[in-house]
Amino acid sequence: MSEIKYSKEHEWIKIEGDVGTIGITQHATEMLGDIVFVELPDVGTSVEKDGNAGVVESTKAASDVFTPISGEVMENNQSIVDDPAKINSDPENEAWFFKLKIKDKNELNSLMNKDEYEKFAKESGN
Amino acid sequence: METKKTSLNKLHKEHKAKFVEFAGYQMPIQYSKGIVDEHKFTRSHSGIFDVSHMGQLFVYGGDSLTEDLEKIFPLNLKDLKINSSKYSFLMNEDAGIYDDLIITKIDGGYLIILNAACKDNDFKILSKLLSDKYKMNLDEDRSLIAIQGPRSANILNELLDGVRELIFMMGNWFNYNDQKLFVTRSGYTGEDGFEVSIPNKLSEDFTKKLIEKGAQLIGLGARDTLRLEAGLCLYGHELGIDKTPIEANLKWAISKERMVKGGFIGSDKILNQINDGTKQIRVGIKPEGRLIAREKTKIFNESELVIGEVTSGTFGPSVSGPVAMGYVEKKFSKNDTKVFLEVRGKKYPASICGLPFYKKSYVKGATK
Repeated sequence: MSEIKYSKEHEWIKIEGDVGTIGITQHATEMLGDIVFVELPDVGTSVEKDGNAGVVESTKAASDVFTPISGEVMENNQSIVDDPAKINSDPENEAWFFKLKIKDKNELNSLMNKDEYEKFAKESGN
Repeated sequence: METKKTSLNKLHKEHKAKFVEFAGYQMPIQYSKGIVDEHKFTRSHSGIFDVSHMGQLFVYGGDSLTEDLEKIFPLNLKDLKINSSKYSFLMNEDAGIYDDLIITKIDGGYLIILNAACKDNDFKILSKLLSDKYKMNLDEDRSLIAIQGPRSANILNELLDGVRELIFMMGNWFNYNDQKLFVTRSGYTGEDGFEVSIPNKLSEDFTKKLIEKGAQLIGLGARDTLRLEAGLCLYGHELGIDKTPIEANLKWAISKERMVKGGFIGSDKILNQINDGTKQIRVGIKPEGRLIAREKTKIFNESELVIGEVTSGTFGPSVSGPVAMGYVEKKFSKNDTKVFLEVRGKKYPASICGLPFYKKSYVKGATK
């Protein structure tokens, strides 16, 4: 059984056991526009909840990617580094960013479910 | 101050524009298809750009006006043919650039196209320099629409018969709905194209007709990636009051006879720099891989010393890679010089390269 949760920074995390797969939401890609560059955290690094975990750049500007929860990066998705346009075409499936070993499952409580996120994204308006 | 809107604002909204404020105007940064698609469409078909925020300054006068303007601009205006355009600069005594502009000799005077952010200040400077001797009109009743890309000549010619006979940097008056439009074969994308000065009340109808004929609205986002691939300067980035045309590698824009004779504002500095060279110069920069180096990125040499700064940088959709321009110390400005760009605290390799990144395709000779 997997569960998907969302952060206020427009990241999604799919939870399977103690592994979380993280990416950015469709809504985020619509705000960013065409993504032309992505930088991912290295495998083996530890990332802290709400801390920096990569960068995406559109033709217009660079934006930080944050991790919704803490953990150790187990894998990153090189296919989006080679072809960042995938992030625009399939942000919530194929174009995941990285997988991490979840440090503390209690951190998940602060995240939103799908309905809550959709309401949040709509209200944030941009 | 309230944000100004151009005469095409309603049409932009109908086409789902995302807006930004630019130089006090609400302008479309992109439409629903996005910057990369708009960029590629312009290179392969025909893009319409609302550039009505730019200043259209009409100055009226005879031979004495030409003489007075030659004291300001580094151009040979006496020998400039009617309806011909030149790229030039408004400078201070130190050759610092107040604005870059296009000046066209028209019947009875000159039309000068100015950057939106600079136009009011330019007007003040020029009024003072010309001692209010001439009638000057920074025309707010006209819009400016650029049509750029390989299909533009045929599309525009359907509305304005004869427009495709114009050659690069030449213009003429054309009739449209009993009104006079001034059209020049010019633009700022590296593509063949036109700029149309049109009364505000006709601009929406005219633009809709261009769309019906297959052109598409393109936002300022793609305008920026297009001009950067074409190696063209943008005021406030490559150009400013702290830069001279020689440092900006724009010596070609200064008329040959004026390089010898001088006699324009800033000429002492310009002539000195032509003879002695400059400390820094504008170059193209090609980062390795996909790294994007934005404005203000520091440029290092192989000995890790700072040698310059990026002034514009993005991803070039037509060259499928990152592109940038910036200033470096002259001795590091040769093509293929290896440099490093500091992005997010790390240094990445890049090389100095020639401009443009994307080859321009202007129609310079006889027309087909």
